[in-house]
Parts: sequence; C-alpha cells; structure tokens
Amino acid sequence: MSIVKNKKRNILPGFGLSMGYTVFYLSAIVIVPLSMVFFNTVPMGWEPFMQAVTAPRVLAAYRLSFSTAFFASLFDAVAGLLTAWVIVRYRFPGKAILDALVDLPFALPTAVAGICFATLYSPAGWLGEISAKWNLQIINTPTGIVLALIFIGFPFVVRTLQPVLEELEVEIEESAHSLGATRWQTFRRIILPHLFPALLTGVTLAFARSIGEYGSVIFIAGNLPMKTEIAPLMIMSKLDQFDYAGASAVALVLLLISFSMLLALNAIQEWQQKAYR
Amino acid sequence: MRLDWTRKITLAASLLLASGVPASIAEAAAAQTLLNVSYDPTRELYQSENAAFIKHWQKKTGQTAVINQSHGGSGKQARAVIDGLEADVVTLALAYDIDAIADSKLLAENWQKKLAQNSTPYTSTIVFVVRKGNPKKIKNWDDLVTPGISVITPNPKTSGGARWNYLAAWGYKQKQTKSPEKAKAFIKALYKNVPVLDTGARGSTITFAQRGLGDVLIAWENEAHLILKEFGSDKFEIVSPSVSILAEPPVAIVDKNVDKHGTRKLAEAYLNFLYTPQAQDIIAQNYYRPRNPAALKKYAANFPKIKLFNLSEVFTDWRTAQKTHFKDGGVFDQIYTP
Amino acid sequence: MLKPETSTTTTAVKRRVSDPLWVRIVLISLTFLFFVFFIFLPLGMVFAQAFQKGWAFYLECITEPYAIKALQLTLTTVAIVVPLNALFGLSAAWAITKFNFRGKATLKTLLDLPFAVSPVIAGLIFVLLVGSRTPFGGWLGEHGIKIIFSTPGIIIATLFVTFPFIARELIPLMEAQSRDEEEAALTLGAKGWQIFSKITLPNIRWGLLYGMILCSARSIGEFGAVSVVSGHIRGQTNTVPLHVEILYSEYNFTASFAVASILVFLALLTVVGKVSLEKHFQKHSLEN
Repeated sequence: MSIVKNKKRNILPGFGLSMGYTVFYLSAIVIVPLSMVFFNTVPMGWEPFMQAVTAPRVLAAYRLSFSTAFFASLFDAVAGLLTAWVIVRYRFPGKAILDALVDLPFALPTAVAGICFATLYSPAGWLGEISAKWNLQIINTPTGIVLALIFIGFPFVVRTLQPVLEELEVEIEESAHSLGATRWQTFRRIILPHLFPALLTGVTLAFARSIGEYGSVIFIAGNLPMKTEIAPLMIMSKLDQFDYAGASAVALVLLLISFSMLLALNAIQEWQQKAYR
Repeated sequence: MRLDWTRKITLAASLLLASGVPASIAEAAAAQTLLNVSYDPTRELYQSENAAFIKHWQKKTGQTAVINQSHGGSGKQARAVIDGLEADVVTLALAYDIDAIADSKLLAENWQKKLAQNSTPYTSTIVFVVRKGNPKKIKNWDDLVTPGISVITPNPKTSGGARWNYLAAWGYKQKQTKSPEKAKAFIKALYKNVPVLDTGARGSTITFAQRGLGDVLIAWENEAHLILKEFGSDKFEIVSPSVSILAEPPVAIVDKNVDKHGTRKLAEAYLNFLYTPQAQDIIAQNYYRPRNPAALKKYAANFPKIKLFNLSEVFTDWRTAQKTHFKDGGVFDQIYTP
Repeated sequence: MLKPETSTTTTAVKRRVSDPLWVRIVLISLTFLFFVFFIFLPLGMVFAQAFQKGWAFYLECITEPYAIKALQLTLTTVAIVVPLNALFGLSAAWAITKFNFRGKATLKTLLDLPFAVSPVIAGLIFVLLVGSRTPFGGWLGEHGIKIIFSTPGIIIATLFVTFPFIARELIPLMEAQSRDEEEAALTLGAKGWQIFSKITLPNIRWGLLYGMILCSARSIGEFGAVSVVSGHIRGQTNTVPLHVEILYSEYNFTASFAVASILVFLALLTVVGKVSLEKHFQKHSLEN
C-alpha cells in the first residue's frame, strides 16, 4: 500500500521549484539569522559557557519557563479543542463573535495583554479583588504566568484544529452512527484520532511559543530571582549588561531544547499518522 | 468558474497593500535633524527642552532644527546605539552606559570631561513615595527592612534607576556603619521585602501607583514628583530619607554619528543649551535638581535638604560598582542565592 | 471541468449528525466561560480604559499624527509580510506534502522553529547579524544601507516571527487530503500550474485563508522582536504596539488603550473579511 503511494507521490511536478524556494527562504529568514546565536556563543569557550547556562538563577528560570508553559498548553489543549468544536459544529448566537475573537491574543500586542492581566488580577483589579477574598495571590506568582501563557497559546490550538475539523469528512461519522456507535464512541474512536495530529501540532506550538514569551509575562510574573524569573528575562538582563555572549549562551540552550522537543513531537506525529493510515 | 475566489484574494491583498503604503514616513528633509537617545523618565523633560531649544536655535541662526527622541531603559538604549541606532546625542541614566558606548569607539574615552560638571547638566536623587498619610510610618531607609513592609523597586539588572536605588540604600548603610558586610545584610533584608522587580522604573511606578501594590516605592526624585502630578497628590506623598545618593545622569555627543551626519555644531549647541539659565529653569520645573544656583534657589521648595553622597565616595566609580554589585555572580545575585 | 464538491456536501451533511441538546448547551457554556475569563475581560479592560475619557478624547487619541504614522508603518509591514509568507507557505506545503524525501521531519521542525524562538531572541539575532558591530552590518552602514533600527529591520523581524503561520496551517490540511484529484488531473494531461491553481488551491483555501489571517494578526501585534530592532523614534520607527507602549510609559493610559483598541479592530476586520469571503464561497459552490 505504502509503496504504491510513494510512487504516485513522486509523479506530481514542482518538487525542484517548491523545494528550492522553501530551502532558500528558510535559510535567509530563519537559519542564517539563528545561527548567529551559535556563532556568538562559540568564542566564549566551554567553561564560561557552562558557567553561564548552569548558574542557579538560570536553571531556576528554565524550570519556571518550562513548567508554566507545560501547564498552560495543557489547559489550552482542552479549551482549544472545545472552542474549535463548538465553533465548527454548532450554531448558536454569538458564534461569529467567538470565532472572531479567537485571534485576539495574536493581534493584541503581548505587552498590552500583560498589562491587561496584571491590572485585572492586581489587588485593585476586577478579578484581583475576588481572588484576594479567597486569599489567592495570582499576580507575581507562577499562577499569573500560567494565565498569561494560556492567553498567548490559545489561538494556536484553535486555529490549527479548525481547518481540519472543517474538512473532516462527515460520511465517516454518518456510517459510524448508522452502525450503532454512540456519539461519544464516534468522537473518541473516529473524530479524536483524526484530529489528534492537528491537536498535537497546536499544543506543541502553544507550548513552544509559551517558553519564549516575554512581553506579556514580565508584567505579571514578579521577576524575582530564583522564584518568578522566566528564561527570556535572563537573556534580556544579560543583554542589558552588554554581555552578548552570555545572552547568546542562554538563548542557545533555550533554542536547542525547544528544537529537540519540536523534532521529537514531529517524529511522534509522523509515526502516529502512519499508524492512522 | 472556480477561479473567482483566487481573484478576490488577490484583490484583497492589493487593496491592503494600497492602503498600507504611506505617503511618506520620513520627516521633512530641509531641516537639520538630531536624534537624542535617552532613558525612560526624561520624556517630559526633553519635550519641553526640545521646544525651547528649537526656538532658541531658530532665533540664533535662522535654521529650523528637528529633534527626534527615543526613550527606553538606559542599558537597552546604550545597546541600541552600540548596535547602530544613529544617535547624535545620548542622555542616559548613568555614566556606565555611556562608557559602554565609548568602549565600542563611537565616542571618546574621556567623554565625561568634555562638558561642564561631569557632563551632567542636572542631578537628581533617590527618594520614597508612600501612600497618603504614610500609614506605615516610613521615614528613612531603616524602615524599609521592617518585616511586613512591601517595597517596590525595579530590577537593577535591567534598569538604571534601580541601580541608583540599590546604591543609595547600600551607601546609606555603609556610611552609617562603616561596614560593607552590614550594608550587604541590609540590602539582603531590603530585597526580601520586594515582591516584584519590574524591568524598568516606569514599570515599578505603575505597579505601585496604578495597581496598588506595595507600601513604598523607591524612585527618582523627579519621578516621585511626576507620580504626584499624574496620579494625584491626594493619594501619594513623598518621603525624603536623611541620606541619599547624588545621581548624575550624564549627556554626551556621539562623535562618530555627528561626523557622519554633519550635525556636530547643532549637537554641541543642543547640549550646551542644557546649561543655560533658561534650560536650567525647565530642568527645575521638571523636578530635576539644576546645576545653576539661581534656578536651584528659585525652586528650593521642591528640593528638600538631603545629605547627598557621591558615588565615588562609596563605590569608587561606575565600572567598579557594576562589577562588584550587578555583574552576574555579583552581590545582587548573591543576596538571592541561599 | 474538474470541480471539488466538498464544501456543498459537507455543509449539507453536517447538519444531520448532531449532538444532543444538553451536550451542546454544556459545551457552548463552557466555551463562553473560558472566553469570559481569557478574552472578554481583557478586551473589556482595553475598551473600558480606552473610553474612560469619552468619545471625543478617544477620537483625538487615534487620529493624532503619531498614531496615524504608527498605523501606516504597521500596515506597510503587514502588506509586505503576509504575501511573502503566503508564497513561502504554499511552496513549503507543496514540497512537504506531495513528495517523499530524506530529512522531511527535520525540515518540518525547522519550519516551526520561529514559534519556539523567544521574541527577545528573534530581535537579538538580527542585531547580531546586521548590527553595526558586525562586519556585515558595518559594511552595510558604510554604504548607507540602514536595516536595523529602521523600517526594513522591523519588516524582517516580523517576517521571522510570523514565518511558520501559513505553512503550518496548510501542511496538516494537505496531509489530510488525498492526492487523487491532482493525480487524476495529471493523467488527464494538466500542467503543474493548472493542477495547483485549479485543484490544490481551491482545496486548501480555508487553510490558506486562516493562515493569512493569523499571519496578519500576528504581524499587527508583534511587540517583543520589533521592540528590539526598532529605534523607538516617534513617527519613524514606531509601530502601533510600540506606540501603545510609549503612551503607557508616559502615564497616558487612556490614549495608550485607545490606540490598542485600533489593533483589536484590525483583528476583527480580518475576521469580518474571512466571514464575507466564506459567504461568497458558499454561494458559488451552490451555483455550481
């Protein structure tokens, strides 16, 4: 089956052109500029590099960035799937508004988002007052960071799922239905596996984006060393001391971790897709 | 035909393009232009100074000058100039940042000798802002380390103003006890009371004044007055400590850029203008401490007598202070590592 | 004439299989609840602050010359960035989904990379590449070419940040679709370009459209990376998000949120465009 498919694939034209252009553009916009991070780290030498990237403050920042990004994207997976499903499948008043506002986190500058959240959850803010009654501190804690990151990552999940859900062939659902499968069974056995690659993509993107997020988080994080300092802030503070090499070193580690994570997830996806076919 | 929609996208895209292309983003070319790259709190100051200077220059030479401003964190701004932001003059929060520009050969090593009074046309100091009525009875530096007091100050790693705050607190204790160890313990206790380190001075002000966090804000004297003006003197009041640091935010011409732009004359006139009585008056109006004795006398009510010490009395110079306290692994990092 | 039927059939069938009412109500309510906390409240904040001093002041804020210049710069950036990234997205999606080659997984990962790059780093790399300290940047400077701290720098940084959006939207979609139609057309003697424009493109129009919407939304709102490569000079290198920040730093909160609300309107505008295009598609497919 797969061999036949491979043969068929290759008869389509345009490989050279599309591939060439893709590689060229990718190199010009992404690879060459990103390699600067590497080239600026190299002159540092190994010892200072290790020192820079394993300083306790830096390690704590990595931990915080990764853990908050993880929880935020987990939340986004559920909220994103829910939203995409509701928007594509149901008709209800206000649907167009929801659909329109999904992109808001993209269009709203991250700094504005950060300011909004910090103001909302500050002791004097609309929600801060409520949370203060429950003795729940949100602003200047990791919880606050997670909230901001949920906002930042949310559209990634919805907008990756939406087109796939839109094109999902309903005939399969139909036949499952006529074969006596319940709605929940159909969803779990048929729809979810079909959506899974897109869901995984969306969540990964949200996660990756969250690790590096700066603008919205610094307003709500508190930025206390060892406690609420995120990794990008470490880069920023090194830069502000004119320590380009140190900043590049921290950036390089962040980059390598994210890259290998993306690589792994793409591999999982590939494998998952093959299994699905 | 199925092709319809592709045409529509093309149409939409070209419409977007047409609407997006601006008539002209550049300023009128006839006038000579200066770019002043400055730090955060001077926005209001230079707005007034620039207007006054343009008038002055017009009267003196008949030429129109355009002065563009760029504001941001002091370190960030210095970095931008190093990386190619073509500033004609820099007016930053601390000498260390201009030293960094000098290190990249954009201006002479001895830049600080080129203009009067350490190239600092005005000074300032570090004071406290508390909520109206001073409910926590904060009078002096020692009150900031009382357990339970919440202190707002920005991150010394990313904010120039925050470094002045830190050095003022350290200097106060070291002068009082003659012991750097005690000063370090004091600083440690002080930062234990800090719940949030914003990246810039303005961020801290907003945290304190707008979001209602903290009992006391450590701030530039000029910022403290601006807070009263912008957020209401019925909500906040200024407390001046007994001892504080003499903060000297210096100015300099970026030699390489003015030579490239042919704007040296204008740039020199601009910086020298800051020392004139007229400019000094504007400086005092904006709550910076003027160098000019007449202006200082005129606005004496705004500047309570605080015993001010020089940075060099306690920390030798900026490079040393930076290296000992704010560099990675320096004292500021140490107070946070258990 | 080859014509895909998908859109008519899907919409028709979709309505037949549906969830029970209570499921719909619960799911819709949950969605709204989420939106209240994460979208409506922040949005409400923006507008509450923007209109704090009334309509007249609001209009004054958004028609102020510096705000207009910032808007022009932002729109110019979008107008250049979106088509470039769309072209790239189509090309990358075609290469990746229609062919098998070694290193495909790596290529796909590289496409995602800009997402994983912190905006701070995204700005930094261009400073490191063409900043005046670097040999290349120095050479450019000597020849009077300004990239960083001027408009080209802002455009390049935005290109980087929004780079994967369209490709990322198209790839899963094209992977989920069979290649039968294209292959059939090929055997019938259609040329490559014909196949692409008459079969592939109509099939992926939603993805392309979503991708372009996302890409424009993100380019409108990008703050971190642009902030690093912009000189922050009013009226010159100030995009709308940067202008919002400047106003905020001047304690000019109302004006700051008023300008931020323009960005919200722009985001809504792109989606209104999407909805009206959708309607056209539906009409056309019904006519066919």
